[in-house]
Amino acid sequence: MKHCLIVDDSSVIRKVSRRILEEMTFRVSEAENGEMALSACRNEMPDVILLDWNMPVMDGYEFLTHLRRMPGGGEPKIVFCTTENDVGHISRALDAGANEYIMKPFDKDIVTAKFQEVGIM
Amino acid sequence: MTELDFDYLCTFLKARSGLALGAEKRYLVESRLIQVCRRFEVNTLPELVTTLKAGRNHSLENAVVEAMTTNETFFFRDKGPFDLFRDVLLPRYLNSRASARRLRIWCAAASTGQEPYSLAMLVKEASARLAGWNVEILATDISTEVLDKAKAGLYSQFEVQRGLPIQLLLKYFKQEGDQWRIAPEIRAMVDYRPLNLIKEFGHLGVFDIVYCRNVLIYFDKPTKTDVLRRLANAMAPDGALLLGAAETVLGLTDGLSPDPVNRGLYGKSAEAATTLRVAASA
Repeated sequence: MKHCLIVDDSSVIRKVSRRILEEMTFRVSEAENGEMALSACRNEMPDVILLDWNMPVMDGYEFLTHLRRMPGGGEPKIVFCTTENDVGHISRALDAGANEYIMKPFDKDIVTAKFQEVGIM
Repeated sequence: MTELDFDYLCTFLKARSGLALGAEKRYLVESRLIQVCRRFEVNTLPELVTTLKAGRNHSLENAVVEAMTTNETFFFRDKGPFDLFRDVLLPRYLNSRASARRLRIWCAAASTGQEPYSLAMLVKEASARLAGWNVEILATDISTEVLDKAKAGLYSQFEVQRGLPIQLLLKYFKQEGDQWRIAPEIRAMVDYRPLNLIKEFGHLGVFDIVYCRNVLIYFDKPTKTDVLRRLANAMAPDGALLLGAAETVLGLTDGLSPDPVNRGLYGKSAEAATTLRVAASA
């Protein structure tokens, strides 16, 4: 069973994402911000990370930059999932090593399509 | 809506579009046609049927056909048929059409444009190998309403996220508020025309690749057979036909046969292709 880490400061989004991902037969863990997500990755590197952009403590962009420098941090597929939906943010995320990008709001079809695109399904 | 009204709608839709509706589609008919009623300020479905029977309101007739034949689609739908285009068909025709340098592609049920634009993006991505080639993409649909949307090339955030890789979104779309517009160079690669597949389409000429996905499922068996026979006639002897995952030629025509390796891909049967080659050289 593939492991997905959801990183989002909104408990509602984490709950909705968890439901979608569990329906897609993923094992799911959660983190509320980038710092907690880095700690989770040191403990166990997930197969894929569904990553919010705007979060307190450490945002998604900063988390990704740190993650890609960690040993084994190049492995997880990164799918941004954010309300930041302009070309500038998307380009910046891809340059930092994101594999795909979901613009909120989203549904199961979109998550499925994006996960297929990055080869995790 | 009475049984008689439903029967009338089934007969009307069959005659106009080839759409074969069973009793299990009654809910779908009601839910879609209620929206047509609202648009045309018709109070009830029986009143809509009465108006159709009078045969004087052509825009209402078209709206009924369009409401029942329009289906949701998305970019690179099912992925496989587009991988086939990039990895199998394009290399095949780059080789076999090397002297003519011409490739004709037909999307026979183009809907709101996602399929032809997906192919156009793949052609564009292969432009280095296609330098000097004339690649035509004809996109047809029975519904002029969906073709208008296709021509506009403007899609919602939801629509561009279903199947379209983010790199291609950035490369071939421009953001307009909450929506995304296809780039002019991709839009210009696709020629849109209205066409009803149950009517004659021989005038469109001969195609190397035909995408006719998820439309035959709505036809009854004789209509499927007739459309497939005419599609085969519209294909080059070594032409390729791509059908939807739930569709097949088996038991419907001998003129087409499944590719032994690639699922969803069909070619002319050896006998049919030979007959055509002989006829062409005669």
